[in-house]
Amino acid sequence: MGRTLAEKVWDDHVVRRAEGEPDLLFIDLHLLHEVTSPQAFDGLRQNGRQVRRLDLTIATEDHNTPTLDIDKPIADPVSRAQLETLRKNCAEFGVRLHPLGDVEQGVVHVVGPQLGLTQPGTTVVCGDSHTSTHGAFGALAFGIGTSQVEHVLATQTLPLARPRTMAITVDGELPEDVTAKDLILAIIAKIGTGGGQGYILEYRGSAIEKLSMEARMTICNMSIEAGARAGMIAPDETTFAYLKGRAHAPEGEDWDAAVAYWKTLRSDEDAVFDAEVVIDAASLAPFVTWGTNPGQGAPLSANVPDPASYEDASERLAAEKALEYMGLTAGQPLRDIKVDTVFVGSCTNGRIEDLRNAAALLEGRKVADGVRMLVVPGSVRVALQAVEEGLDKVFKESGAEWRHAGCSMCLGMNPDQLAPGERSASTSNRNFEGRQGKGGRTHLVSPQVAAATAVLGHLASPADLSDVATTAGV
Amino acid sequence: MEAFTTHTGRAVPLRRSNVDTDQIIPAHWLKKVTRDGFEDGLFEAWRKDEQFVLNRPERQGASVLVAGPDFGTGSSREHAVWALQNYGFQTVISSRFADIFRGNSLKNGLLTVVLPQETVDALWELTEADPTAEVTVDLERRKVLAAGIDADFELDENARWRLLNGLDDISLTLQNEADIAAYETSRPAFKPRTITV
Repeated sequence: MGRTLAEKVWDDHVVRRAEGEPDLLFIDLHLLHEVTSPQAFDGLRQNGRQVRRLDLTIATEDHNTPTLDIDKPIADPVSRAQLETLRKNCAEFGVRLHPLGDVEQGVVHVVGPQLGLTQPGTTVVCGDSHTSTHGAFGALAFGIGTSQVEHVLATQTLPLARPRTMAITVDGELPEDVTAKDLILAIIAKIGTGGGQGYILEYRGSAIEKLSMEARMTICNMSIEAGARAGMIAPDETTFAYLKGRAHAPEGEDWDAAVAYWKTLRSDEDAVFDAEVVIDAASLAPFVTWGTNPGQGAPLSANVPDPASYEDASERLAAEKALEYMGLTAGQPLRDIKVDTVFVGSCTNGRIEDLRNAAALLEGRKVADGVRMLVVPGSVRVALQAVEEGLDKVFKESGAEWRHAGCSMCLGMNPDQLAPGERSASTSNRNFEGRQGKGGRTHLVSPQVAAATAVLGHLASPADLSDVATTAGV
Repeated sequence: MEAFTTHTGRAVPLRRSNVDTDQIIPAHWLKKVTRDGFEDGLFEAWRKDEQFVLNRPERQGASVLVAGPDFGTGSSREHAVWALQNYGFQTVISSRFADIFRGNSLKNGLLTVVLPQETVDALWELTEADPTAEVTVDLERRKVLAAGIDADFELDENARWRLLNGLDDISLTLQNEADIAAYETSRPAFKPRTITV
């Protein structure tokens, strides 16, 4: 019987398989950041262990890093101590680190791919649930906890039970203004935040094949929001073209050997998935969340749902609590929701293509009065590219704030936070209560919806901007 | 890791679904670099409400958390497990757990027990009506026992063996050193490296 993409990559990494035990899986790439690693390094020290494979390990700083005044000492002493702990640990154990101020610094899931370290058919782990991002390359990539970080540091392996596989097939053409973000939000709304639990998702079909690597990363990134540890997309010419020439991409004969292997990484025709979901791309529209988990979303043209319409008691209760927290009323049009803040950035939508998409709509337009817009590039490299293309000027001229790279307001571990009761349209991945700051209210959106919302001051799609005059090209 | 064999204690009924790890321990607590001292951060936002179940006097000292479906979704932060343990919880019962949270729990000796929602409902009703009601989670017999409730639960044999004996995963894996070394020599040359060694 044929095998799925996930099964092929899994099988190629089994170090040891024994009856009644989880498989012992080899890890090709271990990404570290400051938040989930300190206790793991402590564990190594306590047991007198070393990092087994320094050549498969890399660290950067992203969660705590400020996006303003990065040349000054970090104001928050606890954040500063955590970053200093990472620097000390990396120096002591010999781990390659890209700290704040380094040209390769940035959100760990933006850094791995742009260095060419994330490659098809590799296993990638990081103490961060959005490690699923790297699955866009046909890598088996998943988030782990700190105990597992320590395990990988010490052994370069993880004992894991083999997950089931789910195919998410998206055929057809995505309508204009409908992005990868809208697609993944619609998928999560359809299967639910627990729908992918226990599965590795494989996104496939003609609509997926047409997507850029950036868009594929947006989709795989949010697999975890559907409950799946990992999401994958089979590598193809788009993947190879993205990787060619990157700092850590193979060269010469190694490149040829790699591509030959990568081309085998597709689910076989007769492979059997444990579950399958089919989505018609043409049926999709710009999508936003109204609630406090990523599954509570709807097309932008819809109204806030009535909790009474849910048959399931726990979903009904969750919707009631969500509306209360979000300060919304059932039946209210989603387009009428006014925002205070717009955030463009994160490992979901902080790459160059995302910034281009937002800038294209902001060019010649102004951010609405009373709205604060933050644009936070996913990495220093993304920022430099944006500056080269003049995108920073577009953002600044529209009234948006152009910041330094990092996780920023996606989770508010640095000073970029919502105040209690403030409402954001955010290109990040989680609308949990308090995620962007205590009492903050988050609506997840695409970069295009974020830009249109910034201009109009309420949740809006790019099409809604047709009435707003632009001064560009006049 | 502490071994887990059987535990009996009073329960906290948490009638919420999709309790994400940002609720269990908010991000600003993640700046700490230790595994302890997270108890005051547990459910921090909800605990500001005096009526929140964890704040009720009759729930003080409870050690069994009975939660709605999809407990532990979101971030991979192991701090969520440490916060629950630091507070005094020994076990969490739900009809469905997020994968990463469950993995983290079992690595720390916090037993996550999956029961059908009907049984969770029965535990909620029992412990809401009688806050002194005790719940026993017996890993040896794989049973949850309380007044009028006798429920079996599943846990894969390997995870159960490691929990019952409090075994350290890394030490177990290092017993397979020869297998790891053999695998390493067979890896293709084109695989990426972060540094030249």
